[in-house]
Amino acid sequence: MRWIWIDRFVELEKGSHARAIKNVTLAEDHLHDHFPGFPVMPASLMLEGMAQTGGILLGDLHDFEHIVILAKVPRVTYHSWACPGDTLTYTARLKDARAEGGAVECVATVGERLVAEADIVFVHLDEKDPQLGAIDQKNFVFSMNLMGVMEVGQAGTGKTEPAE
Amino acid sequence: MMSNEEILGKIQGILIEALGADDDEVTSSATLVGDLGAESIDFLDIVFNLEKEFDIKIPRGELFPENLASEGDGLAADGVVTEEGLERLRERLPFADIDSFANDPQVANIQDLFTVGMLVNFVADKLNDTE
Repeated sequence: MRWIWIDRFVELEKGSHARAIKNVTLAEDHLHDHFPGFPVMPASLMLEGMAQTGGILLGDLHDFEHIVILAKVPRVTYHSWACPGDTLTYTARLKDARAEGGAVECVATVGERLVAEADIVFVHLDEKDPQLGAIDQKNFVFSMNLMGVMEVGQAGTGKTEPAE
Repeated sequence: MMSNEEILGKIQGILIEALGADDDEVTSSATLVGDLGAESIDFLDIVFNLEKEFDIKIPRGELFPENLASEGDGLAADGVVTEEGLERLRERLPFADIDSFANDPQVANIQDLFTVGMLVNFVADKLNDTE
């Protein structure tokens, strides 16, 4: 499985906010276990999608000079769920950014319906950092693999909007 | 001007939120790591919240400096902070209680210098500077 929990970037305003979408589909194996007869997008993966949206927003601020790592989620609240066929929209706003890392606040919605909100803190790591080897790469918010979603957003008109 | 009690009250709120601490745990003498369970990641979260709550700027390393005493640079020997190391701590952590620490200056105890009271003193000084 590819660890990419957003399908397309639809908006990126440098240093301000970013918006990405995730289409939930029954082709995702885990939905058949989560839960049998009641498939809903796992809350943890929505959080990952919000972190990937916010992580790219923060990474872009420094022109992807640093590796951005999800460090802490001081607050997350789930209000509702997302089912197969739903399009989740993740909107991340940059709250703080500094040399050591940054923080975003994110909301996940399906249409007008609020699904989740979270505050997420990231730290920066540089490739020459001796601690780098000790960190599981799954904690990296983005790799060049994930950056591919930026190109999806630029395909076609480059002004794609999430499906209503 | 904000009194130290008011500053303490706001800092208690931040630490209860950031560390999941109980309000009766967050006393002036409580240590962030030992008593309140802070991890290194939490320091950044605390810095963000202090900046926002008090409208101050905290440059990197000013409140939570890294590499305070290492064996190689003469600041510590055999796990104990040297005289030179203590001087350095006084310079870099002017709001910490270095005198008490000097009674048993184990490198492993450096993290205990970061107390709730130290944060209050740090913020009070910052607010003084801006007024």
